[in-house]
Amino acid sequence: MAQEVEAKVRAIIAEQAGCDPAEVTPDSSPESLGMDSMALVETVFAIEEAFDIEVPFNANTPEEGGFDITSVGAIIRAVEDLVRERAA
Amino acid sequence: MKRVVITGQGTINPLGRDVTETLAAMREGASGIGPLDFRDAERLSVGIGGQVKDFAPEELFDRQELALYDRFTQFALIAAREAVAQSGLEFRDELAARAGVVLGTAGGGVNTWDESYRTVYEAGKNRVHPFTVPRLMNNAAASHISMQFGLRGPGWSVATACASSNHAMGQAFNLVRAGGAPVMLAGGAEAMLCFGGVKAWEGLRVMSREACRPFSATRSGMVMGEGAAVFVFEELEHARARGAEILAEVVGFAMTSDAADIVVPSRAGAARAIAGALADGGLAPQDVGYINAHGTGTRANDRTECAAIADVFGAAADDLMISSTKSMHGHLIGATGAVELLACIMALGEGVIAPTIGFEAPDPECPLDVVPNVAREAEVSAVLSNAFAFGGLNAVLALRKAP
Repeated sequence: MAQEVEAKVRAIIAEQAGCDPAEVTPDSSPESLGMDSMALVETVFAIEEAFDIEVPFNANTPEEGGFDITSVGAIIRAVEDLVRERAA
Repeated sequence: MKRVVITGQGTINPLGRDVTETLAAMREGASGIGPLDFRDAERLSVGIGGQVKDFAPEELFDRQELALYDRFTQFALIAAREAVAQSGLEFRDELAARAGVVLGTAGGGVNTWDESYRTVYEAGKNRVHPFTVPRLMNNAAASHISMQFGLRGPGWSVATACASSNHAMGQAFNLVRAGGAPVMLAGGAEAMLCFGGVKAWEGLRVMSREACRPFSATRSGMVMGEGAAVFVFEELEHARARGAEILAEVVGFAMTSDAADIVVPSRAGAARAIAGALADGGLAPQDVGYINAHGTGTRANDRTECAAIADVFGAAADDLMISSTKSMHGHLIGATGAVELLACIMALGEGVIAPTIGFEAPDPECPLDVVPNVAREAEVSAVLSNAFAFGGLNAVLALRKAP
């Protein structure tokens, strides 16, 4: 499952950032990929649709809600958690 | 140039079914925000809003009227009736021929759109109500007001998202000031609180699930409301000649465009509108005692707005009170500036500043006196009302005490 989640999340972020999925490395941050707050909101929406999950993300308080968006790796881990929770 | 005064006001909103109830709630710092109650609300992730409760339109309108009135039109008519009754105006002859109406609304008949889409998509029917179009069109409320009172002069509607009613009232002010009409009914109406309306807003992820806390470090976003407010804008000499009670004078208006981003507000765009309203009204920053802030309770708005006020007011910002009554009634979108003008007129006429409720802790980036939680008695002679819309369209009104 983990690899599938990672590939999908990287593809979603690459599409929103307008770059190649290969450039979306785990340690890159949304800012370093040139994503603004609207791109983040669209990314969260695409992730929810792709994995059928609810992502706790409020654009006013992105650091709260428990969904870590500081790096691509953090986003992948958070999505993996949510997918596991949904399956449980 | 003519001078322009307000001689009547009317409203229905989450805080009250008329002006008296609304101002009482603002003085008490009451909240009109609560659990949303409409079809499919349980499928929303945002469960709160400023709904108009205990509202029975069938007691106010007959069957034929209800077939033609979307909820936003109902709100507009209720507010207009109260405003016209207070003004004491009777629209006959030359006055009726020259008087008009301009209303702001962002969405128009959103409930009508929602219901007709349900009918064709969810219920799978191939027929909708025959009056779907005249109910949902944005100008429906303005048109029904013109019909109700026989206003045969200028009439139109304005849609600039969250600044709609400030743009509408600003245009009414400029029209009366220029001699284009002796009287204009102006304000705004909005009724977006239905499943489709709130669902659309949820998508932006700027909505709070617990409360609207403008300028508070603990803010968590905006809360949507619904309702209307309508004012009678009248040329000063016209009002004096008939011995009308004058509630306030409208002295300035400015509108600017950010030309930058479709949702992110601009400090410069807001500051230019604030400065423009002061200049148009012949006001210096130290003349202004109170600003009814746009104050949506989003981080982006509140910080940008405070910075813009500081840019324009400089040291005078220290003596300024600003509050966001959205903390009490929610964000009425295209009607919000109109309902908020009630607080401005209360400040000028009664010396009571409506509070920003739900305030828990100061945000260092909003270092202004936001009149936290409790209304305050204070004499002010001039006020501003800010509105900064999605799309970067800004509209600020300046008012003075009644002459």
